[in-house]
Amino acid sequence: MARMKFLCDAERCIECNGCVTACKNEHEVPWGVNRRRVVTLDDGVPGEKSISVACMHCSDAPCAAVCPVDCFYTTDDGIVLHDKDLCIGCGYCFYACPFGAPQYPQKEAFGVRGKMDKCTFCAGGPEEDGSQAEFEKYGRNRISEGKLPLCAEMCSTKALLGGDGDMVADIYRERVLKRSSRPQTWGWGVAYKADS
Amino acid sequence: MAERANTTLNGRDPRRSRRILFWSLALLLLSTMALPMAGYLVTGVNSVEAAAQQDSSSNPRSEFWRAVRGSEPGVTQVKGQETNVLIQNGGQNWREIRQGPLTTYGAIALGVVILLIVIFQAVVGKAKLETRTGRTVTRWSMVDRILHWYVAILFIILAITGMATLYGREVLIPLMGKEGFAAFAAFAKPVHNYLSLFFTAGVTIMLLKWISQNIPNSSDIKWILTGGGYFDGVHRPAGFVNGGEKMWFWILFWGSVAMVGSGIFLLFPNLDWTRETMQLANIIHGISSLALIAGSIGHIYLGTIGNEGTLEGMITGEVDEAWAKQHHGLWLDEVKGESPSISGGAARPSPAAPEK
Repeated sequence: MARMKFLCDAERCIECNGCVTACKNEHEVPWGVNRRRVVTLDDGVPGEKSISVACMHCSDAPCAAVCPVDCFYTTDDGIVLHDKDLCIGCGYCFYACPFGAPQYPQKEAFGVRGKMDKCTFCAGGPEEDGSQAEFEKYGRNRISEGKLPLCAEMCSTKALLGGDGDMVADIYRERVLKRSSRPQTWGWGVAYKADS
Repeated sequence: MAERANTTLNGRDPRRSRRILFWSLALLLLSTMALPMAGYLVTGVNSVEAAAQQDSSSNPRSEFWRAVRGSEPGVTQVKGQETNVLIQNGGQNWREIRQGPLTTYGAIALGVVILLIVIFQAVVGKAKLETRTGRTVTRWSMVDRILHWYVAILFIILAITGMATLYGREVLIPLMGKEGFAAFAAFAKPVHNYLSLFFTAGVTIMLLKWISQNIPNSSDIKWILTGGGYFDGVHRPAGFVNGGEKMWFWILFWGSVAMVGSGIFLLFPNLDWTRETMQLANIIHGISSLALIAGSIGHIYLGTIGNEGTLEGMITGEVDEAWAKQHHGLWLDEVKGESPSISGGAARPSPAAPEK
């Protein structure tokens, strides 16, 4: 089985926000919820770098560890998903996540959180693959159709890579060799430390 | 010059050739000893150069990514809570504390309190009320009793719903199943959130109303030092509130400040508190709540089974004179001394000045 991972090549990302738009459109996520975002560091300064970030589908996922209702599960592909039928919107996964991935639609007054929403690696949720119920809660299930996440697929500079971790690493390694740069597997140390 | 040349031509000057031999050997010896030392000179110069090079060109890219790991904010088009931060490290610490010491020591603290109560009840037993005089004195006014039970009932509901959030996954999910517990938790969360506001109002009024009668004095220190007579059976004289009750009051006071204070942060995520604030607030909320729950278990025991005749004071407002003499001798004296002077004869102590 593959071990799905995201990798954003900071030497290539041009902060076009195409991944953000692709994600929002594909999954029809509600207003105020952004499963993916692009962060630019040293903006406007020589050497600025942009990174597209969403749920990294960690090996030892902190969100899953702290969830009071134990609604997270990891698929055979290493994708971290959650069950919105169990989620109570307590916000603990947001406190634990290093990447700020969990999002909450504001459901009620006084800032009460609705059920958590996050990047699913385009793998839907516990509902039947491709069903309407799954789409409404979690968005499109591209993985079940044999397709990779749309954000990475649509990336104009192929900065964002999503797929089997070994293949992603191979592609990235080749790039690093070709441009004689140093590897910077952004976020992998945090997300996949437990793998190695 | 000619003379010298002659002499050399005529024959070697033995003294001169010996001198040459001596100095040649000396030079040779010195060189063999000194030349290897040149290595030190080379490395010395090189290391100075290397250090200078390191200073001027510490890898800026690695510095850059180190800053990212250190939660350095950037710029993003996505609006929301700390969306410009790539990696927030506090969550890992929060996870370690919450899943580790907080849960473990919290459970141990509650277990120890219950165990101590069971041992105390088995070994010492309750403080019995040997005789009843049949005459009663008023201890708690209607307002005090309503305040007490209002706060008490809300506290118990909040404790159950709060502890379900902390321990439910380990304790209740195996019993109720994930769906069953999620249904309960989805109900418990808003109950905990909304009732907390009513609890905050109640506990604030109660603590402020009772604060003046809970200022510690010298008789309380004696009372506490002798263990309140719980172990030797001798009741030390105490005023309207004894040393132990004052201890509980101040535990409740500071515990509530921490618990309510941290709870306000957790209750309003829409006020854009940072994750760091929320993580800290959650830990403070957990520690203070567990301490108060442990304390309240002790309070419930001492107020019901532990001391005969105490509970009726908080239910009817009246306590037997024998109970008052046994537990709050100084207060009874005061009430009895004062009662004739109070018109209408209501033996209600002024809560503002129960002891001098």
